[in-house]
Amino acid sequence: MISPAQPAASPQPLLSIRAITKSFGKLAVLRAISLHVDEGEFLTILGESGSGKTTLLRLIAGFERADSGEIWMAGERLDLLPPYRRRVNTVFQSYALFPHLTVRDNVAYGLRVRKVAANQVEKHVGEALAMVKMSTFAASKPAKISGGQQQRVALARALVNRPRLLLLDEPLSALDANLRRQMQLELKSLQREVGISFVFVTHDQEEAMVMSDRIALLRNGNLEQVATPREIYSRPATSYTAQFIGHTNLLRCRVEHGVARCNGLEFRTSAPDGPAVFSLRPEHIRTTAALNPSGETVRFRARVLTESFHGATDLLQVECADGLKLTVRVPSHSASPGQRDFEFSAADAIAVRDSEEKS
Amino acid sequence: MFSRTYKTAVTVPPLLWVALFLLGPYALLFCYSFWTVSPAQTIVHSWNLSNYRELLTVPVYFETLLRSMWIAARVMLFALLLGYPLAYFLSFHAGARKDLFYQLVIIPLWVSYLVRAYAWKTILGSDGVLNTLLQYLHLSKHPVEFLLYSPFAVVLTLTHIYTPFAFLPIYASLEHIPRNLVEASHDLGASPLQTFWRVILPLSIPGVLAGATFAFVLSLGDFLAPLLLGGPSGIMISNIVVSLFGAAYNWPLGAAISLCMLLLVVSLLFLSERLEKKWSFS
Repeated sequence: MISPAQPAASPQPLLSIRAITKSFGKLAVLRAISLHVDEGEFLTILGESGSGKTTLLRLIAGFERADSGEIWMAGERLDLLPPYRRRVNTVFQSYALFPHLTVRDNVAYGLRVRKVAANQVEKHVGEALAMVKMSTFAASKPAKISGGQQQRVALARALVNRPRLLLLDEPLSALDANLRRQMQLELKSLQREVGISFVFVTHDQEEAMVMSDRIALLRNGNLEQVATPREIYSRPATSYTAQFIGHTNLLRCRVEHGVARCNGLEFRTSAPDGPAVFSLRPEHIRTTAALNPSGETVRFRARVLTESFHGATDLLQVECADGLKLTVRVPSHSASPGQRDFEFSAADAIAVRDSEEKS
Repeated sequence: MFSRTYKTAVTVPPLLWVALFLLGPYALLFCYSFWTVSPAQTIVHSWNLSNYRELLTVPVYFETLLRSMWIAARVMLFALLLGYPLAYFLSFHAGARKDLFYQLVIIPLWVSYLVRAYAWKTILGSDGVLNTLLQYLHLSKHPVEFLLYSPFAVVLTLTHIYTPFAFLPIYASLEHIPRNLVEASHDLGASPLQTFWRVILPLSIPGVLAGATFAFVLSLGDFLAPLLLGGPSGIMISNIVVSLFGAAYNWPLGAAISLCMLLLVVSLLFLSERLEKKWSFS
C-alpha cells in the first residue's frame, strides 16, 4: 500500500468526485462539490449538521443519486452502479447491525451474499473479529453487546469485505467521551494497518484533527477548504474555517499602503488595500513587559476580563482601551487580573477570506 | 400515586363487564356441555360426558371440523400471498402515495360483511356476472355451476374479507424495520432479492404470524360465508353449532363443540404468540 504520509504524490486518486450537485426539493444540499480521495488516505469530511456531509457520503455509498456531476473510483464510473455493486462499505452512525443475526453472522453477511466458500468465510470472519477484539462475542446477538462493541462489529462487518474505500458516518458520536478518544486512536491505527482509504464524516473538529490525513470542511453545501489538519489550522482560507477549527480572534481591518488597522492595532501586511479580515490564534498572543513596538511585533495594552483554566494553559478574555475584545491563551498562572501588556508577531495574523460576505 | 378509591373506580367496572359478559357465558357454556336433552325436548341437568362421546364417535363432526380447518388454511395461505406483497409494496415502494394505498386497503373493512358476501353471490351465481360473461364470450355453453355453493366460493369470499386482517400486522412489522438495515444489506453487496430473503422477511415474521393467525382463526369460526355461498359441500363447523342452538335444539352438544373450538383457538393464539416472541428482536 502507498504510505498515507504523502497522499498528494499518488498519480491518480482512488476516488474522484466531480462537480456533484444535490438538492432535496428546493433545498440545495451540495453545490458543485469536487473532491478526491487518495489510495490509503484518511480523509475527513467535517461540517456542522445540515452542511451536506452525510449526503455526500450517501452519494458515494449509492443511497442517493446526484442531480449532476460524476463520481469515479479506480477508473470506473461509480455513481451509475447500484450500492450493492460498489466496492465501498459503510459503517453507519447507528451501526445498523442486523438484529436477528449473531455477531458472527453479521460479519459473515457480505461474504455470504457474494457466495464466498464456507471455509473461507469462517477464516475471514475469525480474522476480522480478532482484529476488533470481538472473538469472544461471536455467538451473541447485537442487542446483548454494548455500543462500543457494536461499533467494533460494524467495523469488522465492513472491513471483512476488503473494500477499496470505507465510509464512516459519525461512527463515534454515540460513544461516551473516554471510549470515543480511545476508538479514535484505534481506528486511526487500524486504518494504517489495513491500508484501506477511509472517508470519515464528523461534526467534531477535534476528532477530525486527531485522525485525518486531510480534512474537507463543508459549509452549506460548499467546500470551504481541503487541507491537512496542520495546514487548515495554521493557514485557514476563510474566517469560517478559522473559527470552526480551533479558537481564533477575527480582526476586521482596513489595509492602506501595506498597513492593516483594526481599532488601535496596527501591523504590516502583504494583503491588498481595502477591507480585510485576519485570523489571530489565542496562543500567538503573549504577555510582555515592554510596550514599544519593535519590528514585526505588535504590542498593546488590555484589561483582563475573565480567565478560565484549561489544564496547561489559561484562556483570557481581554479588552483593549478602544473596546476591542480578544481571546488570549497563556501558560497557566502566568497572568493576573487587571491591566496587562500583550504582543503578537504580525506574521501570525493570517489574512482570510470573509465568509460573511460570500453569497 | 393514585388513591385507592380511584384505582377501584377504574378497575372494577371493566372487571365486572368481563365477568358478566365473558366469563359468565363461558361458565354457562361449560356447564351446558355436560348436560343433555331429554326426548321431551327439555334440558336435563345431569352431569355426563355423552356429548363429548358423540363428538368422538359420530364422524360428521370431526369431518366438518377438518373441512373447516382446510378451508381456513387455504384462506390463510391466500390472504398471506395477497397481503404480504401488498404490504411490502406499500411499505417500501409506494413513496408519497403510501397513505392513499393504505386507505384503499382499509376501506373495504367499512363495508358490511353481508354486502360483500352477497356481492360474491351475484358474481358467482349461475346467471351471475361471471357466468354471463363466460357465455357472452362463448367460453362455455352452460353456466359453470361449481362457482357458487362450493368450498371454492367460501374460500374466495373469506379470502376477500380477511386479507386486510392479514395485511395490517404484516404492514406494521415492515414499517418497523429500520431502513438503514436495508441500506446496510445493499452496502454489503446484497441484491434487492437477497436483502428481502435475508433481512426483510426474517424481520417481518412476527407480522406474518399475527396476520396468519387472524386469517386462520377468523375464517375457522365463520358461518355466514358457508351459509350464503357454501352449499351442502361447503358446510363449516360453526354452521353445525348454529343449527344445534337453533332448529336442532341441542344446546348441550352445541356447547360441547363450541368449547372444543375455543380450546383449539386459544392454543393456536398461545402458540402464535410464543413464535412471535421468538422472532422479535427489538
